[in-house]
Amino acid sequence: MKRSQETHIVSVLAALTALACGTAPPVTDTAPRSRDNTAELEALYRARIQSARMRFTEADVHFMTGMIGHHAQALVMAGLSPTHGANDEIQTLSARIINAQKDEIAWMQQWLRDRDQVVPEVVIDGTTLMVHGADHAMQMPGMLTQSQIEELDTARNGNFNRLFLTYMIQHHQGAVSMVHTLFATDGAGQDEAAFKLASDIQVDQITEVARMELMLEALPAGGGAQ
Amino acid sequence: MFLNTDTVINRSWLWPLTVGLAMSACAGSANTAEMTAPIGSMAMAVPPTPDPRVGLKAGLFDAEEAIWNLRMVSQTPPSQEFVGVTNSDLAFSGHYAIQGNYNGVQVWDISNPSEPTLAVGYVCPASQSDVSVYENLMFVSGEGLTGRLDCSGEGVQEAVSHHRLRGIRIFDISDIRNPEYIANVQTCRGSHTHTVLKDPNDDDNVYIYVSGSSAVRPAEELSGCSGAPLAEDPNSALFRIEVIRVPLANPKAAAIVSSPRIFQDLVAPPVHGLAPADIAVIETAKARGAFVADINGQARVLPDGFVSVQLDSVVKARGGSGAPNAADSSAFRDYLPVLIAQLTGGGGNNDGDGPPPGPTQCHDITVYPAIGLAGGACGGYGLLLDISDPANPVRIGAVSDSNFAYWHSATFNNDGDKIMFTDEWGGGGGPKCRVSDPKEWGANAIFTLNNRQMRFQSYYKLPAAQTPQENCVAHNGSLIPIPGRDIMVQGWYQGGISIIDWTDASNPIEIAYHDRGPVDSTKMQSGGSWSVYWYNGVIVNSEIARGLDIFELMPSASMSQNEIDAAKTITFDYMNSQGQPKFVWPTTFTLAKAYVDQLERSGGLPATRIASVRQDLGNAERASGNTRRETLTKLAGELNNEARSSRDAAKVRTLTSTVRELANTR
Repeated sequence: MKRSQETHIVSVLAALTALACGTAPPVTDTAPRSRDNTAELEALYRARIQSARMRFTEADVHFMTGMIGHHAQALVMAGLSPTHGANDEIQTLSARIINAQKDEIAWMQQWLRDRDQVVPEVVIDGTTLMVHGADHAMQMPGMLTQSQIEELDTARNGNFNRLFLTYMIQHHQGAVSMVHTLFATDGAGQDEAAFKLASDIQVDQITEVARMELMLEALPAGGGAQ
Repeated sequence: MFLNTDTVINRSWLWPLTVGLAMSACAGSANTAEMTAPIGSMAMAVPPTPDPRVGLKAGLFDAEEAIWNLRMVSQTPPSQEFVGVTNSDLAFSGHYAIQGNYNGVQVWDISNPSEPTLAVGYVCPASQSDVSVYENLMFVSGEGLTGRLDCSGEGVQEAVSHHRLRGIRIFDISDIRNPEYIANVQTCRGSHTHTVLKDPNDDDNVYIYVSGSSAVRPAEELSGCSGAPLAEDPNSALFRIEVIRVPLANPKAAAIVSSPRIFQDLVAPPVHGLAPADIAVIETAKARGAFVADINGQARVLPDGFVSVQLDSVVKARGGSGAPNAADSSAFRDYLPVLIAQLTGGGGNNDGDGPPPGPTQCHDITVYPAIGLAGGACGGYGLLLDISDPANPVRIGAVSDSNFAYWHSATFNNDGDKIMFTDEWGGGGGPKCRVSDPKEWGANAIFTLNNRQMRFQSYYKLPAAQTPQENCVAHNGSLIPIPGRDIMVQGWYQGGISIIDWTDASNPIEIAYHDRGPVDSTKMQSGGSWSVYWYNGVIVNSEIARGLDIFELMPSASMSQNEIDAAKTITFDYMNSQGQPKFVWPTTFTLAKAYVDQLERSGGLPATRIASVRQDLGNAERASGNTRRETLTKLAGELNNEARSSRDAAKVRTLTSTVRELANTR
């Protein structure tokens, strides 16, 4: 077991300067004054993690809060599949959307918490969605109006399959456009965690859109009524 | 449930038919993970229970650890300029391990694996800093928006900037302790990963396949870049990969030579066939007299509910009533193909605007030049590419899977008759190994590869449940050169590393592992194994937060010391895992003894015979000249005769030829 790093508190400062990030983090006071090398390296680790969290911009925050609302609506939509006669492919897709987007909501909430930002809370009651703490979160690109949600809630079986895919494709494409908008904004995506999340959302949802387009294409013509 | 898109499309048609049909089709695959059919009588090491990986104490440098059939040789934390920044992929050159990091690269001298020393930490920030080497050149991927041409860490604030680097950085590492940054190749989507291809027929160049998965850059930043759909712009940077040619005599002249649209017309991949577990279900169903229909080329057991409704209508059609008789069943059986054709045929919703252009990109491509093929993990597909013309890879096969979210990487077995794909569900930032996460999601999928056709066999997912504080999903790994077996070591982020035996493609099993507790017990803090590769006798792990780990295999019932020693006879001057090298084992006594150990494990020779073969090999090894040759020649002759009656005849023949080659070695 090799832990031979010769680290001293002064080097914490030196290395942070070397990081040359835009904002100098106020971290040295919290670094433990231990002679243990590992403890000092761990302090440097925490300092750098903290400093990386200072790179965000308002555009990143807007993206995260908006995406929390956007993802939350996907949970509402996908939550209908088991009770609305969705076919088994859509059931599988819905289960994965719920798992993936729930995790991403938690991830984005943590991202905001780590940066002392307002953390939107999601409340889902049937088909009614409320996002506390983010007014704009209900008007993001691709999101369904409440009457579209109700239309989906009324549909069953073949009609549900078609409407679900149509609306979820629209919904996902909205998320992709949110990523593009973010990346086209000066100063955005400099936070590596934000960049990674946005990039992952982009590729995952583009991949899912392609899969859903093939599923939609394969549905019987004429609304798929049975 | 493993499906190709063909099946997805057409099964939707069958929805009105019944839910049950689809569910019965699932049953076999859903049980795949539970299939525990023993491989012959092989005695493998029994994993400790309860699994010690569950419930490990959290910590950054002091997390609790669990280890099985491995020995940790060293764990080296990141150097000061890199700690707290993500460690990424690994490449190897000589006795150096080159570790990518979002802050640059760290070059570790691992000539003494128990005490790696930092040869150089080269600061040049960019995500993901995927690294590769070839001779005196090192290639590094840049994708993130913060990467700069001048390697400074200040980021790039402007959405359009000529300071930004997204693409491939090229370094001259003739003096590896002083890398010289000599060139860039900028690409429209940057480089999330890349793959260096050394074509066996081209000694003047190497090729780099660039996979970029983030957004397309504005044309104002890099001329010619367009993120428009193909229908709007035939020069769109989407729906293609980039191929860079690097002239070895003048690497500064490296440039994009082609942008192959390897996804074109990728609508529905060919039917991959049923997994062995599905076939078993169908055979059992047939045996009990169930109705089995061919639906779009795949056998499906018809659910009883559907069948009884249909049989009733047959009874009614002949004017009868009550239970159907044998003649009714027979009539229904004859009518079944027509009925299925009616239910699945025609119609559709094709809007006639041509086939979709396929995925927009690959995540990663693994080339295996020795067999002229590459495996591409691309959006919703696993692709097989012919790379005999390195600048113009051609797609020759594709598979899809309703359980796979995002195809991430590929690994061939050494013989090139199997390929494993991974699904990086959640992008590596999510905790996808919890008890509640399905075993088929975020897993590996194993295919056999015969006549360039991929056929699904099974899934493998890390068997130890992880906490919600641990990002975990299938990630990077490499083969371990145990002769005659397909052994792979693989990183699962904070799920740790897992070594599996996938010699039996339908029944992969875990034979060794290492895991740490979460980085943080209170919340998800990124960490774990980004990639773990075998290189020249040791297993090197790039730990995102903790640094560089080096392991050695320990002998167990699953792997003997002779097999480990035989693996150590394979050495390379350099290695990039995505440029898969072929293992050719030198003829040694160790190799012969490893095969004997395998025959003992498989019961391919009786125990008494195993003992006498070992005796003969030992005598021959101690002898020399004619005595050695005669002993070995006699042994080879005997083994040759015994092969026929062995339950593991192929292995006895492999041993025979090894012994014969030993006899002829001076």
